[in-house]
Amino acid sequence: MNKTWNNRAWFMVLPVLALVAFNAVIPLMTVVNYSVQETFGNNIFFFEGVKWFQEVLHSERFHAALLRQLAFTGTILLIEIPLGVAIALTMPRQGPWVSVCLVLMALPLLIPWNVVGAIWNIFALPDIGLLGRTLNGMGFDYNYTRQPFAAWFTLILMDVWHWTSLVVLLAYAGLSSIAEPYYQAARIDSASRWAVFRYIQLPKMKRVLTIAVLLRFMDSFMIYTEPFVLTGGGPGNSTTLLSIDLVKIALGQFDLGPAAAMSIIYFLIVLLLSWVFYTLTMRDEDQS
Amino acid sequence: MKRLSWLVPAFYIFFLMLPIYWLLNMSFKTTNEILGSFTLWPVNFTVENYVAIFTDPTWYNGYINSLAYVSINTVISVSAALPAAYAFSRYRFLGDKHLFFWLLTNRMAPPAVFALPFFQLYSAMNLFDTYIAVALAHCLFNIPLAVWILEGFMSGVPKEIDETAYIDGYSFSRFFVKIFMPLIASGIGVAAFFCFMFSWVELLLAKTLTSVAAKPIAAVMTRTASTSGYELGLLAAAGALTIIPGAVVIYFVRNYIAKGFALGRV
Repeated sequence: MNKTWNNRAWFMVLPVLALVAFNAVIPLMTVVNYSVQETFGNNIFFFEGVKWFQEVLHSERFHAALLRQLAFTGTILLIEIPLGVAIALTMPRQGPWVSVCLVLMALPLLIPWNVVGAIWNIFALPDIGLLGRTLNGMGFDYNYTRQPFAAWFTLILMDVWHWTSLVVLLAYAGLSSIAEPYYQAARIDSASRWAVFRYIQLPKMKRVLTIAVLLRFMDSFMIYTEPFVLTGGGPGNSTTLLSIDLVKIALGQFDLGPAAAMSIIYFLIVLLLSWVFYTLTMRDEDQS
Repeated sequence: MKRLSWLVPAFYIFFLMLPIYWLLNMSFKTTNEILGSFTLWPVNFTVENYVAIFTDPTWYNGYINSLAYVSINTVISVSAALPAAYAFSRYRFLGDKHLFFWLLTNRMAPPAVFALPFFQLYSAMNLFDTYIAVALAHCLFNIPLAVWILEGFMSGVPKEIDETAYIDGYSFSRFFVKIFMPLIASGIGVAAFFCFMFSWVELLLAKTLTSVAAKPIAAVMTRTASTSGYELGLLAAAGALTIIPGAVVIYFVRNYIAKGFALGRV
């Protein structure tokens, strides 16, 4: 759409600008402020420069949390994206079952995040939870509060349960936008099922899948409540992801300086990802 | 093979429903039955847990609090986002692309980063433990989301409609309310749904900004789990009740959910 150049449009943006700036700029400045200062209580602060940043960047603890975060994000992406596409491909295209599928599949997305954690906490308990009991009954030694591997397994399974539907919904929307003549042409050419997927369905889903991958990437990078309720970061530190570690330092130990420096590094990582996301979506938009 | 393909979504939905079933199952059991035996359905069926929630003000006030700040937030977010989305979809102005990107970065700001500064900011303004504090704080990620979704929907409306209305002598405000808003009604519905959803499911900020008067239901749950021992039945019933508002609103927007998640860009 060709847009008119009009700087008075700024007035329409002002309410949004004011509200978001109030919520984003002031707290962010507070964080920046803390990140360069040291305090011994009583609200007396000393300027420290980049000391906290160096400390955080060289701390084993931060590296470990970042590594766990990357492992978590990578694993859930590898499971959720192919699974979501597969389910979208097999979903009914029309009829009454479409609504049933959509509503039931969207249900986990609308459950408060700590309730998601609580549901899985109960569901996976080895003595009274259905999952824990079944796994132990099948002969696996499973106790997610004691074994790091079991905790990770539960964490990943919970995230797959919670968010795969997002990928399904997006992929399904992309598939629904393919007009019937494409498939007719494919039938005339007697194209194989794989060829239909590779040359018709996948290109049409590219755009929504980009959004799905990046949304899942970023949201899983920020995940806090669900793992906190499920495992509390344990056993030990085995499931302490970035934001759990951050909250531990900031609100648990009240180490404001290191926590603030870590916040900023964390935020910069997310900012970089956002930029990639933005350029990718906008580039696609310009093409279409 | 084609015949059996319905099995995949069926299995998936079965997998989705299992934990929810377990929650419901537990919410209809007595604490003794939960801890004492392993049963696939409630043997001593009881609604005691639900009665306890609906008669105890600390419990049901949690629901009222949550719904209150979620509603306030939805109204603020959508009404602020409407003119902004119109500006982005119709005009080019100085710094528009940068502004749009900056808005998006706030959707991606980890709430954990903002928890402590938010607490200090809203305490300094004497808004701590009020609905409005949580509602305003959730604007951080809901306004950018609403702007993006609405902009996507608005860009689907041809610009000729605006121009025709102006030629017919409509003022901007009359055109916007009488003609434009009905055209993007589904977009407004979807934006409102997403604001509702993300404000409803978020807990970290809501919990940080409240203590008693505006405590959300989800935070009431965590408190109960720690203070009054392990009342799993009560906890399960409270959890089951938090699913209902979501389930109700999903039904109305089921055909637009994907478009919303794609930020109006499918």
